[in-house]
Amino acid sequence: MTGSGADLTARTLAPGDGTGDVLRLDTPVSFWGGVDETGTIVDVHHPQCGERLTGKVVVMASGRGSSSSTAVLAEQIRAGTGPAALVLSECDTILVIGALVATELYGVRMPIVEVSPTDLIDLIELDRREPGPLRVTADPDTLHATLTREGRR
Amino acid sequence: MGTTQSLLALTADEQSMLDGDRGPAVAMAMRLVTGVARANGAVRLLPIESVHVDGCLYHGRAGLDFAERLVELGGRVAVRTTLNVGSLDLLHPGLVRAGDGLASAGRRLMDAYVALGCESTWSCAPYQLSHRPATGTHVAWAESNAIAFVNSVLGARTDRYGDFLDIAAALTGRVPDAGLHQDHARRAELVLDCSDLPHPLLAEDTAWAALGALLGEVAGTRVAALVGLPGDLGDDGTTEDRLKALGATAASAGGVALFHVVGVTPEAPDLQSVADPGCPVHVVSTADLRTARDRLSTATGDRLDAVSLGTPHFSVTEFAELARVIGSGSAFSDEVDVYVSTSRAVLAEATRLGHLAPIEAAGARIVTDTCTYVTPVLAPGTKTVMTNSGKWAWYAPANLGVDTVLGTLAECVASARAGKVVRDDRLWS
Repeated sequence: MTGSGADLTARTLAPGDGTGDVLRLDTPVSFWGGVDETGTIVDVHHPQCGERLTGKVVVMASGRGSSSSTAVLAEQIRAGTGPAALVLSECDTILVIGALVATELYGVRMPIVEVSPTDLIDLIELDRREPGPLRVTADPDTLHATLTREGRR
Repeated sequence: MGTTQSLLALTADEQSMLDGDRGPAVAMAMRLVTGVARANGAVRLLPIESVHVDGCLYHGRAGLDFAERLVELGGRVAVRTTLNVGSLDLLHPGLVRAGDGLASAGRRLMDAYVALGCESTWSCAPYQLSHRPATGTHVAWAESNAIAFVNSVLGARTDRYGDFLDIAAALTGRVPDAGLHQDHARRAELVLDCSDLPHPLLAEDTAWAALGALLGEVAGTRVAALVGLPGDLGDDGTTEDRLKALGATAASAGGVALFHVVGVTPEAPDLQSVADPGCPVHVVSTADLRTARDRLSTATGDRLDAVSLGTPHFSVTEFAELARVIGSGSAFSDEVDVYVSTSRAVLAEATRLGHLAPIEAAGARIVTDTCTYVTPVLAPGTKTVMTNSGKWAWYAPANLGVDTVLGTLAECVASARAGKVVRDDRLWS
């Protein structure tokens, strides 16, 4: 993950383009019941309770919990409090549909991409060594997605 | 990662839906169904027999915008579709302490789904009386406890659907051929050996909630097989109630959408039917179960303001048991509000059978069409709530800002009478 151009390739789960600082979630979070309308984690069982997802490239293995997470994610995207992008290592249709509906209704395209479990670990390790914004682009037709480091802060 | 190109192939009928031949609502629904199919790598779509929709609970403007857009575009469900809880109790107006905003938006959302042709079941447990798909049929269900129940206990096949994809599946009659619709995905990836758990402990309703929390934490989103548990789905409903509690808590604490109870659930007559040799085994001890149970109680001390039962919605069997436990004993303390959430269909049947009279005489309030942890029902100032529901206990601290105590149905009744928390821990040591 060095040099210019794409640092990592991924698969498009929901098309879009988003940039933000990386927020790694050690355990998956349920958007419904776990994240409030301001984008803040409120699940008291979650080790990162109190962290805010808004504008972040949220990296987590998978989604978790309630099937109402879809509506909560779509509402956050509508209200502008959603993440900039989601990077998962396993497809979560509950979250994908939330992003697709936000595109249908409001024309906002928040990308969700899938990377391999080893790439997920590499991404987390790179960000730990050199924190900085990450751009996620996810193409709707080829389903090809890229994760690219933006300039150092 | 393999290939990134979508391999999804549509039938002529499906392509015509996407092209708008059945109107713009079906076309939009088909864009969502195919969008998800491409994301999860499906090569085809599957016809479904029925849908359970969760999108009728108000979570904000996006959900209302979506449902009203489908109505405006002339949408109509193509298969039988039941509805999950809404934000309001339409049978008991005033019970939900909704401000004008939520009352109006919540009602508009419920009306929009009815206008799309969905049935007014308003229940998270449509599998009780209303809607029971046959074993092996493909369906599209939303609401995590209902997903776990229909997959595990009824043996019908649904993946984890959420708001929006549920109604999109109902309008098109199609879902991606992926996830738990496929044979291989329904096999267990781990075994929970429960044979060390004493049967008197497993006769307690909270043991099943605690086991669900443990299952969710151990399995995450994986399919597990549980061995060494008692049960018979042909009994009077007790086993269904226990597996409802197990699945609902496991779906909340993890992402469990399917579990097999060997010798009890339809796909698991024996372990070999659902798990390969060498599948990792996790032995469950009484101490593990107690730890899982204790995580569901956040309160300390014996203060008690309310008791909430019926998450997921109370069954006829549970009403019979509550009536039996209450018996002709004293009424509940004036200091403790007692709520029981259920569906219209179950309420009608339990009333017909005479179970409601002693329950209402003791002072319990019945909530229908919605649930006490998703919409404001509890009195302002409520701080500590007792429940026998692992799911309620899991979500209430974040949703409602209350502390919880998990206790058995009998302990909930005893506590409501005493005006303070009363629990008997002897079986848990």
